[in-house]
Amino acid sequence: MKLLRTFTAVIGLAAGLASAPALAAETNVAVAANFTEAAKEIATAFKDRTGHTAVLSFGSTGQFYNQIRQDAPFQVFLAADDDRPTQVVKDELGVDGSVFTYAVGKLVLWSKDVGAVKGEDTLKVGTFQKISIANPTAAPYGAAAVETMKALGLYEMLAPKIVQGNSIAQAFQFIETGNAEVGFVALSQIVGKAGSSWNVPQDLYEPIRQDAVLLKKGAGNEAATAFMDFLKSAEARAVIEKYGYAVVD
Amino acid sequence: MLGLPPDIWQPVRLTVELAAITTLVLLVLGTPLAWWLARSRAWWKEAVAAVVAMPLVLPPTVLGFYLLVALGPNGVGGPIAGLWGARTLAFTFEGLVIGSVLYSMPFVVQPVRNAFEAMGDRPLEVAATLRASPLRAFWTVAVPMALPGFLTAAVLGFAHTVGEFGVVLMIGGSIPGETKVLSVAIYDYVETAQWREANILAGGMVVFALTVVLAMTLLGKRMARVGV
Repeated sequence: MKLLRTFTAVIGLAAGLASAPALAAETNVAVAANFTEAAKEIATAFKDRTGHTAVLSFGSTGQFYNQIRQDAPFQVFLAADDDRPTQVVKDELGVDGSVFTYAVGKLVLWSKDVGAVKGEDTLKVGTFQKISIANPTAAPYGAAAVETMKALGLYEMLAPKIVQGNSIAQAFQFIETGNAEVGFVALSQIVGKAGSSWNVPQDLYEPIRQDAVLLKKGAGNEAATAFMDFLKSAEARAVIEKYGYAVVD
Repeated sequence: MLGLPPDIWQPVRLTVELAAITTLVLLVLGTPLAWWLARSRAWWKEAVAAVVAMPLVLPPTVLGFYLLVALGPNGVGGPIAGLWGARTLAFTFEGLVIGSVLYSMPFVVQPVRNAFEAMGDRPLEVAATLRASPLRAFWTVAVPMALPGFLTAAVLGFAHTVGEFGVVLMIGGSIPGETKVLSVAIYDYVETAQWREANILAGGMVVFALTVVLAMTLLGKRMARVGV
């Protein structure tokens, strides 16, 4: 009996906590893996400014899109591309008119080895055994990597050396652990990291416009709408630029 | 099956190859280990058994993480791969076999060990009185008597390797024909919203899993009945 009472009390307490009105609101944000570091810093600043909490989940844009279609409890979606947020609105899961470009991603060729990457010649010479990219059908940075190699006329030559990470985060991890010598990653991932890199010129790949969308689940949530606004603030934009993205007006 | 990508069956073939080779390696490595675990009186043998059983409890990400480091240039995999001029064992079929062997080890060692233990000392003692050498007794008495255990071990080892995901995702690099196994292919199809292809492979896996579990149950019953 004692056990049962304790059990009931715990359940009751948990239910009470869950239903109690929060003093400051909370919002669940799905964040594309490449934006991880910037998003964390923005969430901290957001908390300081507004008192609201942004609970961040990191993953690949493709996976998040599927989960949102299956009723995942996200209120804001920061994608790595500009297709999925538009699609979310078309699927009637996003708020019409809320989509905007919060960051434009930059692609870099990166190696942990200080002397390894010397511009596009590194790709042409191809002395490495493995080159890591993100899955080109799921991740925009992966698609941009393939575009770049094709634009340089090197894709056929490099294809046998390509290893695919499931997201740009995994593509990075393959290089970080030394399993691949070089790879295409997001500039944001290597800010402040040692090694050598080549900023891929913008004319070799379509700009990676990363769009945000307010999901219908977040339409009535004060923290969700505040977070969308905060992303457009000068403070957030400064953070976004600091992490190697461009911002648009 | 119109309009399917022609490469949809490649992961199936690769997975069967991986599971078959892994099972074979596991039977070769696992049998002496199971024998030792069943027969030894060493006080530390349960510690060894616990190490073997760890993948049952560990999240695949733990194994995947350590393997990614261990297979790479800074781990033991680098020098080994260096033997044929490569830098890493990650992203290779061989690397997946290593990962799968570790990951599926308990599913092979445990049933074989149980079978050896259930047999007891008596049959081997009898064989010894008939002047059978220990090796001969092992092959002609122990192995046939433990056959149901071997069968269970082979089926479980195979099936568990087919069902592996976290480890191969982390060390594989999703290379078609080399490391892109079924579970990873399904994940990719889902990720890229190719649900029809995902459904075909995933549905096949459901049928496979059901068949394996059902076969195991029926086999177990039959063996109990005939008393082996």
